[in-house]
Amino acid sequence: MVTHTTFHVDPAGSNALAEESSVRHHLLPGWFTLDGETPHLLGSRCTECGSYYFPKLAGFCRNPDCASEKFEEVPLSRTGKLWSYTDACYQPPEPFVAADPFVPFAIAAVELGKEKMVVLGPVVAGISAKSLKVGMKMELALEPLADGKLTWKWKPA
Amino acid sequence: MSKDIAVLGVGMHPWGKWGRNFVDYGVHAARAALADAGVDWRQIQFVSGAATIRNGYPGQVAGATFAQALGWQGAQVNTSYAACASGSQALAAARSKILSGECEVALVVGADTTPKGFLKPQAGERPDDPDWVRFRLGITNPTYFALYARRRMAMYGDTVEDFAKVKVKNAAHGSANPNARYRKQFTAEDVAASAMVADPLRLMDICATSDGGAALIVSSLKFAKKFGKAKAPRIAAISTVTPSYPSAIIEMPDLATDSAVCGDPQAFRAALPRRAYEEAGLGPKDVDVAEVYDLSTALELDWIEDLQLCKRGQAAALLRKGATIVGGRIPVNPSGGLACFGEAVPAQALAQVCELSWQMRGQSGARQVKGARVGITANQGLFGHGSSVIVKAA
Repeated sequence: MVTHTTFHVDPAGSNALAEESSVRHHLLPGWFTLDGETPHLLGSRCTECGSYYFPKLAGFCRNPDCASEKFEEVPLSRTGKLWSYTDACYQPPEPFVAADPFVPFAIAAVELGKEKMVVLGPVVAGISAKSLKVGMKMELALEPLADGKLTWKWKPA
Repeated sequence: MSKDIAVLGVGMHPWGKWGRNFVDYGVHAARAALADAGVDWRQIQFVSGAATIRNGYPGQVAGATFAQALGWQGAQVNTSYAACASGSQALAAARSKILSGECEVALVVGADTTPKGFLKPQAGERPDDPDWVRFRLGITNPTYFALYARRRMAMYGDTVEDFAKVKVKNAAHGSANPNARYRKQFTAEDVAASAMVADPLRLMDICATSDGGAALIVSSLKFAKKFGKAKAPRIAAISTVTPSYPSAIIEMPDLATDSAVCGDPQAFRAALPRRAYEEAGLGPKDVDVAEVYDLSTALELDWIEDLQLCKRGQAAALLRKGATIVGGRIPVNPSGGLACFGEAVPAQALAQVCELSWQMRGQSGARQVKGARVGITANQGLFGHGSSVIVKAA
C-alpha cells in the first residue's frame, strides 16, 4: 500500500523525521490522524446530545433540540459500509491538482455505523468503480494527491 | 381567505450560451411577460429579482438592476438569493407583498450568464470552506449526481439504459420548445456513446450551465378579475422549507451527512413537495404534469418519487411504461427540463413556473399535456435551498 511506504520511509530511517515531513505535506492539518496503517478522521461529538460532526464543529450544536456549545474531538470509526461510489473520469477544476496526464479516480460515500453518518472521500489509487459494490466494507487510508499532499481516502477493507 | 395569487403573464429569453450581460436576458424576459399580461411597466408596484452571484454587484442586487434597466418608476424592490431556488424565493416575496395588501401587481425576474465547464468554487486557499475542500479533493457537482444514480441502481435495480431513456424523453419534449437550448432529438445509443463523466453518468446524463432569463407578472386575484384575467392560472403553493435535522442524504457541497444518533434520518427532497401539497390542499393524485430539476437523468427519477407520483423505487418502471412522456399518464418535464435547457440558476425555478403556466393555459403546442389543471415543480440547490411550486388552472 502506498500509504505506509511513501510517508513513513525516509533515508535517515527516523520515524520522527518521517512524521514531521508528513505534517508538512498534508492537506488539512487536524482533519485526520497520521497513524500509518490505522488512520482515523477527526470529528466532533456534542458533549450534550452526542451528535457527531465531520469536519469538526465549533460553536453551536446543529441538533435543533440541543443548545450545547461544547464539543469533544473524537476519532471517527475507521471502517464503514459503502453507501455509494463513482469514478471521476473528467479532470476536476482547481483547486484540484491533477497529475499530467489526468488519471481517473474513484470517490466513495461510506456509512459509519456508530456515528450514523455518511462521509465522502476519494478512493485509493488503482481501485475503480468496477471493483466496488454498494454495501461492501470500506476502511480509511492515507494517500497523497497528485501534488504530494497527504489526504484521507477510502479503500475496500 | 384564498392564499392564491394569479399569474397574469410569463416570459423568457431563450436559453443558450449567448455570452451577453445577464441584464439583457432579464429585461427581454420581463418585457415578454409584461406584453403577455397586457400590463404596463408603470403599473408594476413591486420588482422581485432573483440574484446571480457570478455577475458582480449588479447580479447581487438583481431586483434593482432590472428595475433600473426597465426604467426607474418608483416601485418597491427586493432581491432574493437561495442558490437554485432563488427564483422561487423571489416569487414567495412577491406573494407575501400581494397577500398582505402592500401591492397588487408585481414583476418577478431572474437571469444568468454562466461560465464554461464545471461550476467551481471561488479562488484562494480556504480550508474552512467545505466547498473549497471538496473541490480540492476532486469532488465536483456531477460526483454527487453519480452517487445518487449508483445508489438507485443498487437499491431499486435501475439501469444506465433507464437513465438514457430519461434523456431521450426530455430531448423529444424539448425539441418542440422554442426557449430550449438543446432542441436535437437523441437516441439511447447517442447517450451511451457520449463520454463518461462520473460513472455511471455520461455527458448526456448531466445538465449543462446556460445563459437565460425568465419572468412572471403576478397579482392578487382581485386585480386579475378587475383586469379581465379572472381565468389566469394561479400559484396555489410555494414551498421553500429547509432540510430537517438529521438530513440523511449527502448534499452538495458537504463532505458528510448529519449524524442520525439523535433522531430519525430525514429526506430533504421529499419534504419540499410535501409542504407544497399541504399548502395547496392538493395531493399527488391531483397532479397532471410536473417540472422537476433534472440536474442528471437519474435525479429526475428520484424527484418523481419525492413528488409521490409513484412509490419509492418505482420511477424507472413508470418511465419504462411511457407514463412520464407527454401523452402518458403523468408527463414529467414537458419543457424538456434541464436536459434541454442547461441550468441558468436564478432563472430556472421561474422557467419551471412559466412552463406550467403555459400548460394550464393550454398554450404549450406540441408539448401540451391535454387537460392539465394542476402542475407542480421541484427544485433543489446548494446549502439547504430548494422549492416546490404548485400552479393550477383557475
